[in-house]
Amino acid sequence: MNDERRTIRVTINGQVFERAVAPNLLLSDFIRHEAELTGTHVGCEHGVCGACTILYESQPARSCLMLAVQADGARLETIESLAKGDALHPLQTAFWEKHGLQCGYCTPGILMTMKAFLAETPNPSEAEIRVALSGNLCRCTGYQQIVEAVRHAAALLSAARVAP
Amino acid sequence: MKPPSFAYRDPATLEDALALLAANADARPLAGGQSLMPMLNFRLVHPPMIVDLNRISALAGIVIGADGVNIGAMTRQRDAERHAGLARDWALLMEALRHVGHIQTRSRGTVGGSLAHNDPAAELPAVMLALDAVMIVRSAVGTRKIAATDFFVSLLTTALKAGELLVSIHLPHPPRHAGFGFAEIARRHGDFALAAAAVVVSRGGNHARVVATGMGEGPRRILEAEAALVEGKFSDAAITAAAAAVSTAVEPVDDLHAPAWYRKKIAGVMAARACRDAITRMAGQTNE
Ligand code: FES
Ligand code: FES
Repeated sequence: MNDERRTIRVTINGQVFERAVAPNLLLSDFIRHEAELTGTHVGCEHGVCGACTILYESQPARSCLMLAVQADGARLETIESLAKGDALHPLQTAFWEKHGLQCGYCTPGILMTMKAFLAETPNPSEAEIRVALSGNLCRCTGYQQIVEAVRHAAALLSAARVAP
Repeated sequence: MKPPSFAYRDPATLEDALALLAANADARPLAGGQSLMPMLNFRLVHPPMIVDLNRISALAGIVIGADGVNIGAMTRQRDAERHAGLARDWALLMEALRHVGHIQTRSRGTVGGSLAHNDPAAELPAVMLALDAVMIVRSAVGTRKIAATDFFVSLLTTALKAGELLVSIHLPHPPRHAGFGFAEIARRHGDFALAAAAVVVSRGGNHARVVATGMGEGPRRILEAEAALVEGKFSDAAITAAAAAVSTAVEPVDDLHAPAWYRKKIAGVMAARACRDAITRMAGQTNE
C-alpha cells in the first residue's frame, strides 16, 4: 500500500550503512538483514525478551521496538563490537569462565545491557545486578550463573581500569 | 511479527506534527514506541500514517520553576529517573519510574507516551493523580490544560481528542513537609503491577492522596482512604482504616495473573506500605 522508501545512514560499530528501506522495517531486521550483523538476536519481536538489545547512542534499547528509519543518523553498537579480533571483551571472558550461557540465544542482548549497566554501576550488588537483568529472559541457565558472570565481569573490568 | 505498512512522517517541529495530525484523522503519533511498536508488530493497529515525534527536540526536557516543574512529554523515562532536580519534591515520580519496565524500555520510553497510552497497570498515571498533575495538551487549534483526575478516563482511554497531543506535564510543588510512598507487587521486577499504591501526605497541609492502580479500569484516587488518613491524624489506626478503604474500593477482575480476591487483598497491603513510608518520610522533615 505504501511503497515509499527512505535512504538512511546508520553507523553500526563505527561502520556506516546506507540503505533505502521501507518505513515499516524494524531496526532489528535492518541490523540482521541489511547490515548482516546476525549476532543481534530476535526472540519475541514485541519487547519482552530482550534478545534484540543493542546500544543506541550508548543506551541499551530493544531494537525490535524501533523502526530502522528512526535510526537515520544514529550511532549503534551491537554484540559484534565487543571482541577485538580474537581478544574477548572482559564481559565475554567472564561469561565464558563462569558458564553464563548455555544455548547463547539470550547472550548478545544480556552482554549489551550489561556493558551499559557496568559502565554506570562499576561495583554492583547482587540485587542491583538482578534488577538490571530483569529485562532479559534466559530459557536455559536459571540466571544463577549469569549473575555470577556479571559480578566477575565487574571485577575484570575494574582490574583492567587500574592496570597501567 | 512485523508492522503493517504505513506512511511515515517525522516532523522537526510541534506545529508540523499538529498540522499532520489535523489533516490525517487516523494518523497515530509515535513517542518512545514501547507500547505502540508492540501493537504494530502484533498488527493490533493499522494506522495509515505514523507521525514520529522523536525528532521534535522541543518536546523533551525538564524545567523547574517557582510554581513547580514542567516535564516535556517526550522526556525519556530514564532521563527523568536520573534528574537530580526532581529528588526533593518529586521523588515519588523517580521511585515509581524504577518500576516502569526495564532499563532498555526506559531509555526509549517517554513520560508522556506512558500517560497518553494509559495502560490500567502502568505506574505513571497513578503518580500523576497522586501529585495533582496538570496535562498540557495542544492541537492545531489551541491549548487545553487538563487535571490528571479528568485526563485518565478509563482503560487505555484519556481525554485526548483526535488531533491533540500531550505536550507537557506540570507538577505543582507538593505541600510543605510532604512525604511520599510507593509500593507495588508484580510477578517479576519491571512487569506491570498486579496492584500498586502511590501516596502523598502532609500533616501541616492536612493533605493526603492515596491512589491505587493495577486493577480494573486503572488508577483511582481512593477518597475514603484519603479522608481516613487526615481524620485519623496519620496514626497507625488511620493507616489501617485507609488500607481497608482501598481494599473495599478497588474493583479487580480475575485474570491469568491473579484472582480478584487476591488483588483486592494485596491492594490494601500495598496501600498500607505506601502510607507508612509516606508518613515516615513526612515525619523526617519536620524541622525548617
Ligand atoms: S526480540 Fe526484541 S525484545 Fe524480544
Ligand atoms: S543461554 Fe539459552 S536462552 Fe540464555
